[in-house]
Amino acid sequence: MARLVVLGGGVAGHTTATFAAKWLGSQHEVVVVTPNAKWNWIPSNIWVGVGQMTKEEVTFDLAPVYAKAGITYHQAKAVSINPEGSDSSEKPFVTIEYTQEGKAGETEVVEYDYLVNATGPKLNFDATPGLGDGNGQLGENTVSVCTADHAVHASHKLAEAVEKMKGGTRQKFLVGTGHGMCTCQGAAFEYIFNIENELRKAGVRDMADVKWISNESFLGDFGMGGLHMKVGGYVVSSKLFAESLYAERSIDWLIGAHTSKVENGKVEYELLDGSKGEEEFDFAMLIPPFAGVGLKAYDKAGEDITGTVFAPNGFMKVDADYTAKPYAEWKASDWPRTYQNPTYSNMFAAGIAFAPPHLISKPMKSPNGTPINPTPPRTGMPSGIIGKAVAHSVCDLMTKGENAHLHEASMAEMGAACVASAGKGVFTGTAAAMTVYPVVPDFEKYPGTGRDTDYTFGEIGLAGHWIKHILHFLFIYKAKLNPGWTLIPE
Amino acid sequence: MKEEELNFEKEQFSLTMIPGKFARSMRTCLIWQFIRFVIINVKMIIVVGKSH
Repeated sequence: MARLVVLGGGVAGHTTATFAAKWLGSQHEVVVVTPNAKWNWIPSNIWVGVGQMTKEEVTFDLAPVYAKAGITYHQAKAVSINPEGSDSSEKPFVTIEYTQEGKAGETEVVEYDYLVNATGPKLNFDATPGLGDGNGQLGENTVSVCTADHAVHASHKLAEAVEKMKGGTRQKFLVGTGHGMCTCQGAAFEYIFNIENELRKAGVRDMADVKWISNESFLGDFGMGGLHMKVGGYVVSSKLFAESLYAERSIDWLIGAHTSKVENGKVEYELLDGSKGEEEFDFAMLIPPFAGVGLKAYDKAGEDITGTVFAPNGFMKVDADYTAKPYAEWKASDWPRTYQNPTYSNMFAAGIAFAPPHLISKPMKSPNGTPINPTPPRTGMPSGIIGKAVAHSVCDLMTKGENAHLHEASMAEMGAACVASAGKGVFTGTAAAMTVYPVVPDFEKYPGTGRDTDYTFGEIGLAGHWIKHILHFLFIYKAKLNPGWTLIPE
Repeated sequence: MKEEELNFEKEQFSLTMIPGKFARSMRTCLIWQFIRFVIINVKMIIVVGKSH
């Protein structure tokens, strides 16, 4: 019997572990190490953040699901990896530290035959002074929708702001990115339109100033260098699409901005042209930058090999081409296909945890040398697809031997759907539904836009909104491993 | 002044495009949106299929 250890229980880790457990059966063991007791459908945190859903509607307990699937579950965080074992152990192992009540702080060694690193990101709030609390957590100056608890807190703050407006006090809302190297603009994009919609519903829109602040060099970059999509018979840049949305709803924007400091009611920023400024707010939701979770790696002698296994940003190196080269020489083939670690073939990374070879958006710097550009998104659909491909590969390695064919899932050959809703009512909400194929543009295959415009499209309406609702229920149903779960695509 | 023309007064919005009454109404027209729902779903399923 061999053992697969999966670090992380988010979209990528949960997909890997549950498919591996199904395909391997009782012949092999699947272990999940995740610090969270609950699974969270993160896209719906947006609705929690405006008070349209409860935390309970977007989360569920992991323990009974893993028990049903025959997966060994440790509510713990991984601290380090020893891919060669140690003086006292021939087998590779991970050191974990429990987070569950009653065992918190206890450490344990978990040996593995295969390891999948799907830890997701560290929400690096402290990268921007005042955005974090100095201990790596969300600070008191802004709110967040990155976790269900954060979203609950955000909804309370939003309700307070609405009450103030009803009392006659004008409020300024600032939503976007909290650092020059953030990703996940899509979440902030969806949140600002949900806030705007809630303000209209509450009858206080005329008492609110709503502003977008982002590290994108143009509206609609979304960390993917923007996209050209089919809209109403035209092929248009996402810049036009996004600007139209903001203008229609009277939302101002400040782009190419590195948020350098956050204080109570004020952010300081630097723009791509090198100028600096301040923006005041009463309510701010700023996405933090992501980093690796800080896993360490040691060789058999106990020497630190973190730099061999992980990139400087803390994400795990995989089969990507990490050679430094200028933007003009970037290729779709730079992106990983199997997500296997190049040094240790029994280690893989899935979802946000793998180190991308470079940005997708054009790299930008201010004249002061401050990098201000979105980093590549790897959340949602790509995370699930990569997780499943990695599960396939590991299962084949475990059952067919070391020479088994590895499954591939390059982001340059993979699409993604982004449905950004505004409102939640079945007949009153609308959504911007966008599909991009492929996520990473391939200018050799698709000269011009880098993408297939038959499958890269966007539109606004109830249809996308219904899809958002369906995705919410479908993916939670699937993650709970209810009957027929394997039929639901990632 | 038509509703969609109001926001063009802001300099930041003056070079954008803003949907008019017909475009806005189609976003919530149940018959049209049901058709779009089917089309978007079919396209998304194709994209998912191409991605695996």
